[in-house]
Amino acid sequence: MELVKPAFGLIFWMCISFGLILFILKKFAWSPILKMLNDRETSIQEALDSAERAKEEMKALQAGNEKILADARHERDQLLKDAREIREKMISEAKGVAAKEGERMLKSARENIQNEKMAAITELKNQVGVLSLEIAEKILRSELASDDKQKALVNTLLKDVNLN
Amino acid sequence: MTNKINIYKHFLVILSLFVSFSVFAQEPTMVSEQKETASEEPKSEKFNAGELIIDHIIDAHEWHVAGHIALPLPIILYSSEKGLSMFSSSHLEGGEVYNGYKLIKNDIVEVNEDGTTNEAATAKLWDISITKNVASMFISILLMLWMFTSAAKAYKRNPGKAPKGMQGLLEPLIIFVRDDIAKSAIGEKKYKRYLPFLLTVFFFIWVNNLMGLIPFLPGGANLTGNIAIGMTLAIVVFLITIFTANWNYWRHIIAMPGVPIGVLVILTPIEIFGMFLKPMVLMIRLFANMLAGHIIALSFFCLIFIFAEMSTGLGYGVAVFSVAFTIFMGMLELLVAFLQAYVFTLLAAMYFGAAIEEHHHEEAHH
Repeated sequence: MELVKPAFGLIFWMCISFGLILFILKKFAWSPILKMLNDRETSIQEALDSAERAKEEMKALQAGNEKILADARHERDQLLKDAREIREKMISEAKGVAAKEGERMLKSARENIQNEKMAAITELKNQVGVLSLEIAEKILRSELASDDKQKALVNTLLKDVNLN
Repeated sequence: MTNKINIYKHFLVILSLFVSFSVFAQEPTMVSEQKETASEEPKSEKFNAGELIIDHIIDAHEWHVAGHIALPLPIILYSSEKGLSMFSSSHLEGGEVYNGYKLIKNDIVEVNEDGTTNEAATAKLWDISITKNVASMFISILLMLWMFTSAAKAYKRNPGKAPKGMQGLLEPLIIFVRDDIAKSAIGEKKYKRYLPFLLTVFFFIWVNNLMGLIPFLPGGANLTGNIAIGMTLAIVVFLITIFTANWNYWRHIIAMPGVPIGVLVILTPIEIFGMFLKPMVLMIRLFANMLAGHIIALSFFCLIFIFAEMSTGLGYGVAVFSVAFTIFMGMLELLVAFLQAYVFTLLAAMYFGAAIEEHHHEEAHH
């Protein structure tokens, strides 16, 4: 029966030694070891997390870069387009202005010409009047140069007067 | 002697019922058969395997080294009449009487002047000697203290570095106990409270199991296969369970919710019995498994001498198989040493986990 009969002495020493080893190990081994393990696990987890975060940031950054690039490209296209439009607009405006100016100049030239013409015509008319007067004067002078002619004229004039 | 062997045989039958591994369930029958062959020749000069095995697996007041050399161990006795007495076990060697004490088998008894046993005084005698098992326990405890304090120092010396040496050996085991035993059985929230105890129990059992496998001096004591050790550990587990148990645990034991009164009359005694049965099972499992391992290893060696008695040549022949089987058993025992530490710790953790389990039933209804 010795096998299944617990000996008092062994239980006594077991209680003391187990209690002691539990206390000592808890204080000097388990607490620091478990704390260190925990710390290390936390630091590993943190490192993994931060790597993950960095990856995410990288991705976001890359996406941002692409967006900026796309924006820049878009802006460039817009600028080119605007420039083209402005150029075309300027050209067409210039064309319009030039045409208008030409027309205006033509119009004024034509008016000038008309005025000049009218002046010239007036001048000519005056000149013709003067000339005609001089001619008439000269003809009258020559017609009335002799008494005969004066008499003949009076005769003709008298002939025309119908003495009724 | 025959009586002892009969008890021993009965014990082995009980043993085979409790041992959880089928391989052991087969082996003890073999042991007992062989024991019969030994007991068929009751002559004292004949080799007696049963006695030899028993001598090796029970506690002793001296530490047998080899042949007739034994290391004497201190004997500490307390009796109400003589008070505390302390002397070396060498004084009691060979049945000598010292200071009125005599060693009969493994028990120290008080003797009268004429050399007869004083039963009344013996009953009141407290034997707290440093026996072979106690000495072996002290050695393993010193070993554990050295192992873990050096590991703890290594953690402090280079924090955040990869473990190496003793630290590297122990770390996976510590993490194993923490994650696969404590966390899984008790739960993420409360496991920290029990972890120091679970770790200590795990390593205490494991180290002592391994020490028991060493066949010579610093090891060889069958400490974890001694029922006193299993009992003490089981009682500690039991005490921790009942002192940390919550209301929910007690309610389920005293009056299981939702069970009619008529059934409770039967159920409550069963639950209360079960409360005590759990640590009991812990004790028996550890004790029986480790004891069986020691018995088997010794039995194989005894076979050599039993056959050698018949014929020397046969003894040599059997020795080959015995050694081969012992090596095989040794490998298995290495596994069992770990497994028993694991099973004990896991079950203790599960009992703790059950004792602090929160009430879940009502939440399930919602």
